[in-house]
Amino acid sequence: MSQKKNELRSTAPDNTVHDVGGLDFGNVDMQEHDLAFWERRVDAMIVILANNRGAFKIDAMRRVIESYGEQQYDATTYYEKWCRALRNLLVEQGVISRDELAAKLAESRETMRSASRDVSGDDVPWNEGVWNEETNNS
Amino acid sequence: MTMQTGAAPKFQPGERVRVDSRPALGHCRAPLFIRGQTGTVVTVHGTFRDPERLAYHQPGLPPQNLYKIRFKQTDLWLDYTGSPNDELEVDVYENWLLPATN
Repeated sequence: MSQKKNELRSTAPDNTVHDVGGLDFGNVDMQEHDLAFWERRVDAMIVILANNRGAFKIDAMRRVIESYGEQQYDATTYYEKWCRALRNLLVEQGVISRDELAAKLAESRETMRSASRDVSGDDVPWNEGVWNEETNNS
Repeated sequence: MTMQTGAAPKFQPGERVRVDSRPALGHCRAPLFIRGQTGTVVTVHGTFRDPERLAYHQPGLPPQNLYKIRFKQTDLWLDYTGSPNDELEVDVYENWLLPATN
């Protein structure tokens, strides 16, 4: 049962937004680029929180990233995906609550606005795929 | 990923195996393009906690044997234009592997 190349992800039988082996996305950009400070921070937090005694395993992070819709998945960068996964998993595991997070975000936005910085008011979608022990007993 | 003590491997290097073609339910470590395909065991890496369970904060036990499986590229892709000798190796957990039928 061989497959054709270039099969659209939406025609695949299950949730496979990340499962793109064999699809044609053109050449890989091999150019080195600098990481922003927030990207380094996200990386450090994931490394600490996904270790053996941390809040979750790296496999859970992959699961959250794979739960993106195709449009969101393609429109977000590598560390944006990590950052959203970090947020979702900390809430999922009860380390922080959505309310605490919302309060802190509001505070940070206010601080930045009063410093005349550009601040986005948009929230990153939580996604339909946030896993919940009561509703997902597989 | 830390190696764990687990059951003896069901398959040995050189054996032909088929990747199960069941649909993925949630986090899945067998990519679509190898499902239902037959390959050859190259290496038995040892046993590890099951990442498809760890992804849901479960212990991932019993540990699963992990194998390096070698496929022929012309088996994987109908329109493969490279050399007919090209091969691809993928790490696959034992719970995705079945004895080959051909």
